[in-house]
Amino acid sequence: MRATEFSPSIPSRPVYGGLHPHGALPSLMLAEGAGGEALADLAQADPSVMRHAHLFYVPAGAATGPDLAVRLRALGPASYVEGPSYAALRPRFARALADAHMGTRLYLAGSEGLIGQAMAEALAAGLPLEAIDAEHRGGFARRVQCVHCKGITENVATDPFTCSHCGLNLFVRDHYSRRIGAFQGVCVDAETPGIVPEPQEIKP
Amino acid sequence: MTSLMLRVAEAESLTPLVKRFRFEHPRGESLPLFSGGAHVVVEMPDGDVLRRNAYSLISDPQDGSGYEIAVRREDGGRGGSRFMHARVRPGDLLRISLPLNLFALDLRARKHVLIAGGIGITPFVAQVRQLLRMQLPFELHYGARSRDEAAGLRLLPDVPHIHFHISDESNRMDLGAFLSAQPLGTHVYTCGPEGLINAVAQTGARLGWPKTALHSEVFQAPPPGRPFEVVLARSGRTIEVGAHQSLLEALEAAEVEIDWSCRGGACGRCETRVVSCHGRIEHHDHWLSEDEQSAQTRIMPCVSRFRGESLIIDR
Repeated sequence: MRATEFSPSIPSRPVYGGLHPHGALPSLMLAEGAGGEALADLAQADPSVMRHAHLFYVPAGAATGPDLAVRLRALGPASYVEGPSYAALRPRFARALADAHMGTRLYLAGSEGLIGQAMAEALAAGLPLEAIDAEHRGGFARRVQCVHCKGITENVATDPFTCSHCGLNLFVRDHYSRRIGAFQGVCVDAETPGIVPEPQEIKP
Repeated sequence: MTSLMLRVAEAESLTPLVKRFRFEHPRGESLPLFSGGAHVVVEMPDGDVLRRNAYSLISDPQDGSGYEIAVRREDGGRGGSRFMHARVRPGDLLRISLPLNLFALDLRARKHVLIAGGIGITPFVAQVRQLLRMQLPFELHYGARSRDEAAGLRLLPDVPHIHFHISDESNRMDLGAFLSAQPLGTHVYTCGPEGLINAVAQTGARLGWPKTALHSEVFQAPPPGRPFEVVLARSGRTIEVGAHQSLLEALEAAEVEIDWSCRGGACGRCETRVVSCHGRIEHHDHWLSEDEQSAQTRIMPCVSRFRGESLIIDR
């Protein structure tokens, strides 16, 4: 599977530059599902990136099966941690960020939800944006924050959708918050309550 | 350029080469506050030449009772620092621009690492006061040739965040050590000779630091060079730039209106469009990108010169 190319949108809509090797610098790597293949491609381009890499992998959702996890471990990172979800890995990932020094690179690959959350965590820990490489692989479901109740709904696949917190019908905007790591959802039927456009599948 | 006529309140030698000057409002009025790293431009009427030099403010940014600067006498320089040392006395009135900061602390940083070489300590003197007041994590590494020459020893508070590196005491700076174990979110600021700034940039690049976390300020006097001629497109006049004069100074001497601020190739205020260029512009600024410089379509008159057949600028 190749990296996703998104159709042009407003400047706030993130686009991901892909993973590029930065040599044998200390690094953190975090991938989810098919994102693991992006890390395998990265290691193939420059095996030295693995020498000082701490790799976190969430196999969940990978159509590629358990052999991708085996392949990633075989790339020889300095450490390898696997977890059932980002939420499960997050305390370990946060600890690794807290222990990291300037000069550390972060490689992220997977869904937009994973990239957004992990990037927000890293930026909050002080990692400069320029030290982060990200590549989108896998599905197009979005993480969306309701601008009304502020609740975040994960894996939003259609537009509009129903807020999982307050129940409003939300239009999914391309307006994105790097700090929160989520797109913005705005009430779609505020003027005409109950008249909601037919939900469409979210596409890249 | 907004400026104030201020009275010299104090002039004191800090080292054989460095003098501290304090300026106050003649009627005791409070001066605008500033932020650490800000500079002022001091105007010096020296015979028929009006010299203008930029100096970092070393006084407390939150203290409006006066502005203080430290001036190192450059005997091989163009004369501004010699004028300050030899001619300026308490009681004199000098025209001082309002403070401007091109070297401010990035307050998004988690920690600040300040690296000073020689007289490059000056912007950090005010920044250290600001950092201590704001209780932000920082460390300052100050390198000087000898204790006698280290003006900063008299200007800095006695706090454990400040490390002195005196060459003749075999206690040189180890940039690799300063940059290797810094927590995420650290920003580095370097002020001093170009060699030090380049060394920090190279060490940072080797250790994987993004450029956005590395800041620097080099106080640059306009470099001398061969005299050259410039044609002004708007009036058709031709002006002569002397060997020890900058293009900006030549424009001012010819009473051409031009905006300026730092006079050191950093702020971008005097950027001028080049109408035609047959020859090579000697770019000395830190403002234009490499591509812009090689295109030869813009020039920074404060520091850059020209060599060749003809240069026409949009002034």
